[in-house]
Amino acid sequence: MIPERAKALLLPVAALVVLELWACAIHLQSDSLAPPSAIAAALVEAVHDGSILIATRDTLISAFAGLLIGGAIGLAFGIALGIFHIFDRLMEVTIEAIRPIPSIALLPIALIALGFGYRMEIVIVAFACIWPILILSRAAVGGIEPRLIEVSRALRLSPADRVRKIIIPAALPRIFLAFRLAAGIALIVAVTVEIAINPIGLGAGIMTAQQALRPDLMLAYLLWIGAVGYLLNTGLVVAQNHLFGRAALVGDPA
Amino acid sequence: MAAATRQAASFPGPERSQIAFSDVTLALGGKIIIENISLDVKPGEFFCIVGASGCGKTTALRLAAGLYQPTGGTVTFDGKPMLAPRRDIAIVFQDYGKALLPWRTAAGNVSLALEASGIAASQRAARIDGLLKKVGLPDHAGKYPAEMSGGMQQRLQIARCLAQEPKALLMDEPFGALDAMTRQGLQDEVLALVRASDATVIFVTHDLEEAIYLGDRVIGLSPHPGRIGIELRIDLPRPRDQLRTRENPEFLRLRRELFDFIKAPEK
Repeated sequence: MIPERAKALLLPVAALVVLELWACAIHLQSDSLAPPSAIAAALVEAVHDGSILIATRDTLISAFAGLLIGGAIGLAFGIALGIFHIFDRLMEVTIEAIRPIPSIALLPIALIALGFGYRMEIVIVAFACIWPILILSRAAVGGIEPRLIEVSRALRLSPADRVRKIIIPAALPRIFLAFRLAAGIALIVAVTVEIAINPIGLGAGIMTAQQALRPDLMLAYLLWIGAVGYLLNTGLVVAQNHLFGRAALVGDPA
Repeated sequence: MAAATRQAASFPGPERSQIAFSDVTLALGGKIIIENISLDVKPGEFFCIVGASGCGKTTALRLAAGLYQPTGGTVTFDGKPMLAPRRDIAIVFQDYGKALLPWRTAAGNVSLALEASGIAASQRAARIDGLLKKVGLPDHAGKYPAEMSGGMQQRLQIARCLAQEPKALLMDEPFGALDAMTRQGLQDEVLALVRASDATVIFVTHDLEEAIYLGDRVIGLSPHPGRIGIELRIDLPRPRDQLRTRENPEFLRLRRELFDFIKAPEK
């Protein structure tokens, strides 16, 4: 018998074999497709000479730096807006006016102001990450069980303690979810900036392979980016379960 | 006259009141919830409030806690107006599952009250152990609320309230969501804890027998808007006993009187 977990792999493996045989049969010559064996060989070569690893490092540096900066700004504003309703109403129009701007549309301005390189990419990623974290942490704070707020009033906790001991821990599982969402966005935006213009990272790597008419290397990069995104999310899910395992049993289905 | 003598007999302490409402009215969103309630609760008294759903029992308790401010009249504690909640007034909420911090263990939940009072970290552990022992949870310090039964969670909330070393304990239908056996056990435990701490208690319940069983005095509120409709002094002997007290002819008489009052507006 085939083990349960291996069954999920059956279909992809079969598809790869069929693709390989098909490419062989028609002697595939293409600028956009390559047989799986050629893609695998290109990937091994790119890992071996280190080019794809350096590109991964560059992309992840930009994505994480942007995520941290944008996340911190979004979190601070989200919590403040969730606590102070007056502040929320004052900022509402401003936020709703800025938020719909696609982050990538900032590229021309960022390029003039900051030039090529990490800084420009980090700024754009940070802009993209602010919004999901701001909106979701504001909702998380607004959705805290009102009874807990009453408990903090009855105990006369200081405002700082109220935020530190009640509001942040109560909202944390949902804030972490927002962080996971933003991490995915950070990677997407970083790679997009690189594909569009910035000559560093995985996005630039995929563009270079395309211009060099190397579909095998281009597709190798594509698979690699998918794997990086998958590992990033898996790592965050593991961290989430580890952090909130037992304590999150009640109160927050997320 | 007779009432005054009896009152002096059951409360030998000073005649000052600890929690006093004078002509208290509260309107929320233009609707009058409570109208012209005056009452005074003596130090150490076990004071019960009963009434049908929506008669303003819980609202009265929140006024006593300082969570609401009256729109008319004054609420005082030890003679001073209640303008905000006080740390020496503890509130036991009915929905224990929402009032406990799910991310803190039992010990951590009790610790919150000690932290709020500024107790040094070095002294907290011993105090927490003592409090958990007092409410019968000595072996559950490391459990999270979600891992405890309803009765245990409510005990935990009571432990957190006792950590405040309250002069007054305000309980809002604390056993309303528990099964009958757990409920009777907790009634007796609360009586013993209150006896040991000398705290004044205001206890809100919709269970008339529970009110008579626990209280020194019971008031019944009439609804729409909430007003005091009946006041009964309970002179049943203490310590109370689940069987003997409930079989006492005086208990049955009081029960009848209270039932008649609650039923009256439905006619």
